[in-house]
Amino acid sequence: MGRTRGRNRVAMPGAPNRIGFAVVLAVIGFLPAACDEGSPSTLDSRGPGAARIESLWWLMLWISVVAMAVVLGFLIFAFVKGRRADAVADHRARWGEPFIVVAGVIIPAVILTAVFALSLRDMAALAQPDEPASMTIEIVGHDWWWEARYDGGEIVTANEIHMPAGEPVRVELTTDDVLHSFWVPQLQAKTDTVPGRVNHTWLEADKPGRYRGQCAEFCGLQHAKMAFFVVAQSPDDFDAWLEEQSQPAQQPVEASARAGQGVFLNSTCSGCHAIEGTAATADVGPDLTHLASRDTIAAGVLDNNRNNLEQFVSDPQSLKPGAIMPPTQLSSQELQALVDYLEQLE
Amino acid sequence: MATIAERLEVFWEEKPGLATFFETVDHKKLGFKYLYTGLIFFVLGGLQSLVLRAQLTSANLELVDPETYNQMFSMHGTTMMFLFAIPVLSGFGNYFVPLMIGARDMAFPRLNAFGYWVFLGAGLFMYSSFLGGSAPNDGWFNYPPLAGLEFSPGLNIDFYSLGLIFLSISTTAGAINFIVTIFKMRAPGMSINRMPIFVWGELAMALATVFALPSLTVALVMLELDRKFGFHFFDTEGGGDPILWQHLFWIFGHPWVYIIVLPAFGIVSTIIPTFSRRRMIGYIYVVLAEMAVALLGFGVWVHHMFSVGIPQISLSFISAASFMITIPSGTQFFAWLATIVAGKPVLKTPMLFVLGFIFLLAIGGFSGVMFASVPFDQQTTDTYFVVAHLHYVVVGGAVFPMFGALYYWLPKMTGKLLNEKMGRLSFWIMFIGFNLAFFPMHISGLLGQPRRVYTYEAGLGWDIWNLISTVGAFMLTFGILLTFVNWWRSVRKGEPAGDDPWGSETLEWATTSPPAEYNFETVPTVRSLQPLWDQPELREGPQSQEEGGYALTGGHETLATSLLDAQPQAVLEMPHESPWPALLTAALAVMFYGFLFDAYALAGLGALGSAGGLIGWFWPRGETQET
Repeated sequence: MGRTRGRNRVAMPGAPNRIGFAVVLAVIGFLPAACDEGSPSTLDSRGPGAARIESLWWLMLWISVVAMAVVLGFLIFAFVKGRRADAVADHRARWGEPFIVVAGVIIPAVILTAVFALSLRDMAALAQPDEPASMTIEIVGHDWWWEARYDGGEIVTANEIHMPAGEPVRVELTTDDVLHSFWVPQLQAKTDTVPGRVNHTWLEADKPGRYRGQCAEFCGLQHAKMAFFVVAQSPDDFDAWLEEQSQPAQQPVEASARAGQGVFLNSTCSGCHAIEGTAATADVGPDLTHLASRDTIAAGVLDNNRNNLEQFVSDPQSLKPGAIMPPTQLSSQELQALVDYLEQLE
Repeated sequence: MATIAERLEVFWEEKPGLATFFETVDHKKLGFKYLYTGLIFFVLGGLQSLVLRAQLTSANLELVDPETYNQMFSMHGTTMMFLFAIPVLSGFGNYFVPLMIGARDMAFPRLNAFGYWVFLGAGLFMYSSFLGGSAPNDGWFNYPPLAGLEFSPGLNIDFYSLGLIFLSISTTAGAINFIVTIFKMRAPGMSINRMPIFVWGELAMALATVFALPSLTVALVMLELDRKFGFHFFDTEGGGDPILWQHLFWIFGHPWVYIIVLPAFGIVSTIIPTFSRRRMIGYIYVVLAEMAVALLGFGVWVHHMFSVGIPQISLSFISAASFMITIPSGTQFFAWLATIVAGKPVLKTPMLFVLGFIFLLAIGGFSGVMFASVPFDQQTTDTYFVVAHLHYVVVGGAVFPMFGALYYWLPKMTGKLLNEKMGRLSFWIMFIGFNLAFFPMHISGLLGQPRRVYTYEAGLGWDIWNLISTVGAFMLTFGILLTFVNWWRSVRKGEPAGDDPWGSETLEWATTSPPAEYNFETVPTVRSLQPLWDQPELREGPQSQEEGGYALTGGHETLATSLLDAQPQAVLEMPHESPWPALLTAALAVMFYGFLFDAYALAGLGALGSAGGLIGWFWPRGETQET
């Protein structure tokens, strides 16, 4: 009745455990290694917010590894014992129920209470930065790009959020359409943008640098291509950048760029995009006043170069299917002029 | 004089044929139907996941367009959560709960048939969306405002919400049937403290379903009112709030996860004692833990919403509850370990799947506790870390036990043993494939990869982990197929199983494999928590009246007993085959298609047809008196 034939049991008991250990070790080995690749890794924190969560993670990981080892230890013990020829089931096992209460209720309760207390401490600590923030950036989520507003909307840019390094910055989050989630893994945990609400978070980068962020709440067709960068700068550089951004757009000098401005203002472009200092003031798409000062276009997914600009203007759907921007019908001469104009919007 | 079997045959036999296929009320045939249909949806959902994995194999692939990708991941989740997991577990429950409690059928056989047909109808309804290329595309969580009319003008979301409202009729009917069956139909002497743990698991599932599902149904009705009639439940501009959806959805959604794993835990608690050759240690702890999980599961929903911007004081309560719910789960865990350690474990395929389950659930449990921590959750929610976690819990915690259950119970259901060697091979390929597919997702998630992205850029450190995941997903699929092949072969040329191939403890092994229509020649009297281990007379064919056997050969009958002590109370006349459950379902389908296409005349016709179906169903025809 149900007795296993001997050969069926060969080499079975230990195998899952060995694989398990190998996997755990591989992971712990790989995690730090994986951090050097320009990855927006939560385990390569660059600010006090993410750093606090990272240390919580390592604590919980090691508790888990130890607990896992205990579970596997029991299983290995059971099967080593059970494979002995003289093994019999212990039908009394008076230790059984006390064991369940101790190992299955009391010990987990103690460990979990401790972890809960620590994570409450971290939650409270993360609610506000250590020192009060000196400035607020308003971030507005759009299908599928990020608008960043400084000085109460005096300065508007998109997808590249500059801020001073070494000090906390307050972030006010809203959305223009559906839910999005604002997330810069190396700096701070995520906060959703919710219609009808203003949410808050804060960012702080220890050092100047470029930190990739991405929308983390499913928001439709191009959820995958809704990235952005936080550019942390030394306070001086940041002030200089802010000063530049507060200027109206560069007036075109070259003939072709002047023609391009005409194309911009007389085609569908100006129906959606604003360029400060011109008649274009619409706010459907990203503000292009200082487009040429950005490194990427289309929400952090394309390098800001001539080729990409041409292609994105004439056929955005080929690069970002479903994007709200329609294709723009231009002759190749007009397109060249337009790109000339855009490229000098420093 | 005719034997008991011959006399029962007169009343219980269902004529073979096409009509019986639609009209059957036999819980075993319906159980098989649930199982087959659920597994077909499992294959479909699996194929969708392979499309997802193929697309993410490396950066910037364009195998499918974003719209197709979004439909695939939405239908993958919806299928697996609604059309696969619960139906398959209900299938096992349908087949085995009456057998395990010594009843001859479920309490409401026609309602049981209705539940199946509605499940099939709702599943086909949702899948018919593919015909017009408009499958649901806002995830199984379907958050507005994206799911609102403004951002999703097509029929996609209507297929989702109307399909799930349709399905909820089936799920609710099934749950109520389980509750009544378990409370009122247990064999004499099977007091509530002698109920098998699997039955407790199905009970926990059914009770939680009855309380959780209305929240989803209400949310779906509100969403359809918004979409079809311009209401503003979730529309900020009309004074509504999209966060309301999230609350309603997760008040249902989190218990739903436990609804899926609790019967699976019950399967585990069935297989472990059999193959450890000893009684379960801590029966009472395990039962209390199952019920505690089912209850506490209602207090943790906000941990799906930690990033929404909810006040910290609320977060800390939900965080505490989320830590707390780990304890009863851990209690069961150590009861299983203790039983294995105290027993003399035998490694047959079902046990192998259970060991795989323990390993995977441990990992899923540990990552799950981490999400109870608010700051860690806010960092990793909506990343691949969650995808890894939830698959360790749902696939490791429910699918592995289901496959263990296939190897354990199919011999009872088909009368044929599955091939051990192939079973073990299937297990190892599934186990390794699963870990290859899902372990790396922990890492890609920690490296910043969000969920539900149809593509990603190169150079973010995600490529290698996604590649491994894809390889693992295909391997897992292959392992699963091996079990299906094994099943198919066993039916054709498997060794006969006999009544009790494993030496198990519960009543289903006291009858033939497969069981006759009437399950037991005599409804037994139960005197133990492990009846087959303690009552040798149960293996000896029909029991005499002195041994406590109830033959009930006077009709299509089974026993009703009291709630706690299972004292015999009444002899129940059970209904015969009926075409009305299937016909009523067809009329309901017409009604739902009517709503879908805004064809209210058609919807009215369907409603009238449904009323007609109900009248036909309940028309007094003296059925209970017929011989």
